[in-house]
Amino acid sequence: MIPRYLQITAAVLLGGVLMMSMYLWRMRGRMARPIARVSDARPVAPPASGPSEQVTLFVAYDNPGILRAQAATIALPAGRQQRAEGLLRALVNIYLEKDSPHPLPAGSEIRSVYLVEPGTAVIDTNAALADSHRSGILVEELTIASMIQSLTANIGGLNRVKILVDGKNRDTLAGHADLSDFFDVSAVNGMVEKLGGG
Amino acid sequence: MRWNKAFTQGDRNAPPGLFHASGCVRKAAIKGLLAFLAFGIMVDAAGTEKKISIYSPASNYSLSVMDFNGIEYVGLLEVLEPLGTVSGKAQGRQWKFRFQRREAEFTVGKARCKIGGKDFDLSGNFLLQNGRGLVPVTSLSTLLPHFGVAPITFHSSARRLFVGNAGTQFTAEMSKSTPPAVVLNFSAPVSPSISTEPGRLRMVFTRDPLALGGPQTLNFPDKTIPSATYDESNGAAEIVFTSSAPLMAKFSNNGRTITVAAPAQATPQAQTPAATPAPVVTNLPPGSPAATPVPTPAPSNPTSIPATAPRVFAVVDASHGGDERGAALTDRLPEKDVTLALARQLRQELQKRGLSVLMLRDADLNLGLEQRAATANAAHPAIYVCVHASSEGNGVRVYSPVLPPATPNRGVFVPWDTAQAAQMTRSDDVVNRIYGELQKRQLSVRTLSAPLRPLNNIATPVVAIEIAPRGPDVLDVASSSYEQMVASGVADALWQLQASRQGIQP
Repeated sequence: MIPRYLQITAAVLLGGVLMMSMYLWRMRGRMARPIARVSDARPVAPPASGPSEQVTLFVAYDNPGILRAQAATIALPAGRQQRAEGLLRALVNIYLEKDSPHPLPAGSEIRSVYLVEPGTAVIDTNAALADSHRSGILVEELTIASMIQSLTANIGGLNRVKILVDGKNRDTLAGHADLSDFFDVSAVNGMVEKLGGG
Repeated sequence: MRWNKAFTQGDRNAPPGLFHASGCVRKAAIKGLLAFLAFGIMVDAAGTEKKISIYSPASNYSLSVMDFNGIEYVGLLEVLEPLGTVSGKAQGRQWKFRFQRREAEFTVGKARCKIGGKDFDLSGNFLLQNGRGLVPVTSLSTLLPHFGVAPITFHSSARRLFVGNAGTQFTAEMSKSTPPAVVLNFSAPVSPSISTEPGRLRMVFTRDPLALGGPQTLNFPDKTIPSATYDESNGAAEIVFTSSAPLMAKFSNNGRTITVAAPAQATPQAQTPAATPAPVVTNLPPGSPAATPVPTPAPSNPTSIPATAPRVFAVVDASHGGDERGAALTDRLPEKDVTLALARQLRQELQKRGLSVLMLRDADLNLGLEQRAATANAAHPAIYVCVHASSEGNGVRVYSPVLPPATPNRGVFVPWDTAQAAQMTRSDDVVNRIYGELQKRQLSVRTLSAPLRPLNNIATPVVAIEIAPRGPDVLDVASSSYEQMVASGVADALWQLQASRQGIQP
């Protein structure tokens, strides 16, 4: 006959083991979630609020390696900064679509766009966009030129742009295109002109 | 001066019975819970990148080391697997292990184990993690001989373990060449990873059984390379050269010799009589065609370049290298390999035309962007060419830098980030010349500009060339006929550039 106090102790320990197991199971699920998010290929939804507006997006085409100005009608909020974010998110959406002319890695997002001082914009992309971006001078240049040109064509008064990845400075996008410094908008215009495509 | 070193070499007090008192039960439960939590924390801490390297006549390899309770552990099966037939099987708290014909039995949480029927004490408790038997790193030197693996020499602070007579001898000598160089001769081929930073060149030997046993410093009677230090840490040996100028390392003798020297200033080939060996600017192994003195220039154009040409005409930079592989063109073809092959072709073509070349990278080694720019600027070349390769798109793309309009520089110093600004027009001229020559060869070619380092940091005309396959077959970028065609076009364009600078009609 097992004494009653031992039975109670065993029951308490068993309960403890069960609770710990459940806790560990939850923690495991929480750890797995960011990985699931990275592999989520669904396009990021553009902001739904605000009236629809016609804007010009400069869309990259890998074949033949050009930028094309495309009119798009998207819902944009009233604030200048929010408009900038809406624009770039709409652009990234195009690249995440199934038949994208310039595919970006699944899970690519524009986290924020900051208009920090007159004439300066800071684009903050997520790590998925840069970490899994295809590597090469042209392919990286197309991504950068497309974002900067789309931004400056629709948000007036910008003369330099900085690109961050996950809020941090980064040397290159994927081993080639230099992200360490600010992009001079007039120099980027020259770069876009050479890319051609209209 | 000579620097020579030859290398030849659980709780024992188990808690009282669980059923004799309620106090003991509580204590045991608390202990169990704490042990469980501690194990979780220890597992978490195991993510640090500590390494142990094992060198044996059969194989050289590195393994991860984990910290548990302040003791460093390594998987016993992984340690012995490359040395013979091993098997390990967990049965409850027991772990039965077999190496060759010797059997051993370990108990989780116990330091005492049995090897071949005899007791042996580890320096810490044995652990089992996901079926892997872990033993303290410090026990290896005494444990392995019990499995017949001997003799063992263990550099414990650096975690470098040598089995049998595994070991590479080496000497370091100052050569009296111009420029002065330090020549390292090894008794076996070595493949260190080499990186440079201002004032230093670092060689890290992870897979090579190089050993002196402890830190040593050697002083050289030379201002450019005054000293070198040898040290070992975290499973690797390291030789660091201090220098007052950028240094380059040249491999030769099938990887048995490394020559460390500052880049030489080249003499144009046209000035060099055939009988006098030209200074070797390139860092190819001796015996390879481009490193041997080029007797008489054999340009496709008969006119030779006069003596007023810069001492180094072109700096050719094979992009990426070492750990930095560049784009994965295919699963097995990294960009760094294609850029090196193309750069070598370009060097050969330029030298054929009597133009001197400095290659920034002529082996698979790490070279930072700042270092590339610093070396290129120090050489004062007429042109800097960096080469890249891509699987995207097709044909050849010739890039100039992206920089805002130049602001007049009135000072003595040139700003690092915009050193290229004053050269933009000349860079564009080079781009256009190369475009024209490649078009003549029926190649698909585009001129673009790109935000690509280190172009902006170089105070001389620059150009970047990216080759992509001509058709759907990505491996075309590695085809030597394609690379040769591109290299010859670029070399012709650069020869014309130099000829026009000298007022010669090409």
